[in-house]
Amino acid sequence: MSGSFTTSAARNIFFGGTVFFFLLFLALTYQTEQALPARDNRQNLTPQVVAGKKVWETNQCIGCHTLLGEGAYFAPELGNVYVRRGGAAGGKEFIKAWIKAQPTGVPGRRQMPNFHLTDQQLDDVAEFLKYVSEINTAKWPPNIEG
Amino acid sequence: MKYQSQAVSKLYFIAAIGLFVAQILFGLIMGLQYVIGDFLFPAIPFNVARMVHTNALIVWLLMGFMGAGYYLIPEESERELHSPLLAKLLFWVFLVAAALTVVGYLLVPYATLAAMTGNDLLPTMGREFLEQPLLTKVGIVIVALGFLFNITMTVLKGRKTAISTVLLMGLWGLAIFFLFSFYNPHNVVRDKFYWWWVVHLWVEGVWELILGSILAFVLIKVTGVDREIIEKWLYVIITLTLITGIIGTGHHYFWIGTPEYWQWWGSLFSALEPIPFFAMTVFAFNMVNRRRREHPNRAATLWALGTGVMAFLGAGVWGFLHTLAPVNFYTHGTQITAAHGHMAFYGAYVMVVITMISYAMPLMRGRAANSNKAQVIEMWAFWLMTISMVFITLFLTAAGILQVWLQRVSTSPLPFMAAQDQVTLFYWMREWSGVAFLVGLLIYIYSFFANGEDAPKAS
Ligand code: HEC
Ligand code: HEM
Ligand code: HEM
Ligand SMILES: [Fe+2]
Repeated sequence: MSGSFTTSAARNIFFGGTVFFFLLFLALTYQTEQALPARDNRQNLTPQVVAGKKVWETNQCIGCHTLLGEGAYFAPELGNVYVRRGGAAGGKEFIKAWIKAQPTGVPGRRQMPNFHLTDQQLDDVAEFLKYVSEINTAKWPPNIEG
Repeated sequence: MKYQSQAVSKLYFIAAIGLFVAQILFGLIMGLQYVIGDFLFPAIPFNVARMVHTNALIVWLLMGFMGAGYYLIPEESERELHSPLLAKLLFWVFLVAAALTVVGYLLVPYATLAAMTGNDLLPTMGREFLEQPLLTKVGIVIVALGFLFNITMTVLKGRKTAISTVLLMGLWGLAIFFLFSFYNPHNVVRDKFYWWWVVHLWVEGVWELILGSILAFVLIKVTGVDREIIEKWLYVIITLTLITGIIGTGHHYFWIGTPEYWQWWGSLFSALEPIPFFAMTVFAFNMVNRRRREHPNRAATLWALGTGVMAFLGAGVWGFLHTLAPVNFYTHGTQITAAHGHMAFYGAYVMVVITMISYAMPLMRGRAANSNKAQVIEMWAFWLMTISMVFITLFLTAAGILQVWLQRVSTSPLPFMAAQDQVTLFYWMREWSGVAFLVGLLIYIYSFFANGEDAPKAS
């Protein structure tokens, strides 16, 4: 790294390269936004789902669970829990009953707190998890166990 | 220390090390909860410990970057800091905000904390790494802007070097991308998409500029190699970083509802991301081999070389391991991710902050380097922490491979909790490695107090 390759040449390549790839990234982002409506299940993004997302966030479920593979690795994946626990035949009921029944209190077993959610909040968060399970995730996870 | 005002960074470094200890203690709590599920339940549920662990990490790294900035910028600019008073004031604002936030996490249920701190006005909480209450997030922005104002003014009035330019770009980028933490769309796919503009574009983008410039600064000082050569390297490294890392964001867009072409973009570009990390390792060794002087601070040199190697291993090698879409399909969101996250954060950002502290602290305490005795102790701490982190990573990787196999590859897949039960042994070994890490950290802290008689005076 010497001779004709000067620091100012290196700097110019840096600025040129960065600007180019950032613009390319913005273009891909634009294209993604165009493609999302066909994939992200937004036709079912009801006010209840929005409320459910807030229950999800304000109780910090992500601090133990993953959702579509992102979050913490201490407790089961929940992006597909609605499907895993019965889908249309009882998925929501399972989720609500589960949350209400916590903690299990089984000695030595990982524990999930009780969040004292109202019936409305329980229904909202269950509806949110149903909504998430219907997003097109390119066939992830590999199987129902998440 | 050439300028009086550089001394403000001492406050930042001390607080950073204090928060580092807190981070590790909560890491150990979580590590135990992995094997004794009801440990400290319900007093400290896992998610609370995790927030303290990761948020303490981020805050102390930011403190370290700020301390590095306050030390490095006056020296590069060849003038006193624009306002040392502002730097001190912002330090206390930041420290108090961080402390209150941690107390809030520990004492108040998260939903109540959210309600108390204005989350209903602008919901931003409850997303991984961005759990801070709105008030804290605003506080971070204010502190960051005050800091940036202070050092930018210093640079504008003084000498402009490649190192200070790159550092400024990195720090401004850090603040700008943090603004995406205030954007939380209702649509969970879009939420996740822009969440990575904070997380990925930080650690695999702008933070690498900060990393490169701090490393370059310390290498100039300890090796005496021509600035011209070091600055050219710096530009080459950060060019490679950003032309691979920006589109490399796509390695997070495989399975979250985003279009499938990201599997190609993300895999191809992120597969190239190890190159700048490799270049950084070569750079560090090359400069030390070509050194023109024997700097008395051998501990700082060791940390600088260690940063090169460990960042390459943690980010480059462990990142590459799971970055190709067909592999990531199986490893996404498992202990493999945790293994990589630990070694990458430690190897790149923890170690570069300690490199800076190791170089600057003795100078701020009036000596060119610590006594031989103190340096030997510090080097013991280096090896103990680094080797412990290697083991943490290896055990988590083993746990992750088994988890993937049992839960995702096997023809009769086990449920999550059943698979976890099968890998308990590795979690125990991770926990013991974590204890060794803590011992290393305590030895590191002790090295500041172990003063032999032979410390060389600063010139
Ligand atoms: C402190 C950690 C923690 C937090 C926070 C947490 N969970 Fe859990 N959760 C767990 C653990 C551990 C399990 C598995 C327990 C078991 O199998 O005994 C679990 C299991 C579940 C299950 C059943 C999964 C399945 O596959 O059957 C659902 C549904 C669930 N949690 C929903 C939630 C929701 C919704 C929230 C937020 C309101 C939440 N959890 C917050 C720890 C947590
Ligand atoms: C400098 C040292 C450390 C750094 C930089 C660090 C960093 C991190 C990061 C970034 C995460 C988030 C992980 C992710 O999302 O992939 C995390 C989680 C975690 N860390 Fe650490 N950590 C360190 C030390 C430790 C130690 C010593 C222990 C305990 C033995 C520990 C235990 C944990 C645990 C259990 C988690 C939670 C993983 C999960 O979500 O299930 N960490 N740490
Ligand atoms: C110093 C730089 C880096 C740091 C600090 C870092 C840290 C992290 C962390 C903490 C996560 C977990 C995020 C979460 O909780 O969801 C993660 C995920 C990931 N990282 Fe890195 N990383 C770095 C560099 C790299 C590089 C260079 C590559 C590729 C070569 C890479 C590939 C990945 C991939 C593919 C994931 C997603 C894992 C998954 O699907 O679960 N990282 N990184
Ligand atoms: Fe990334």
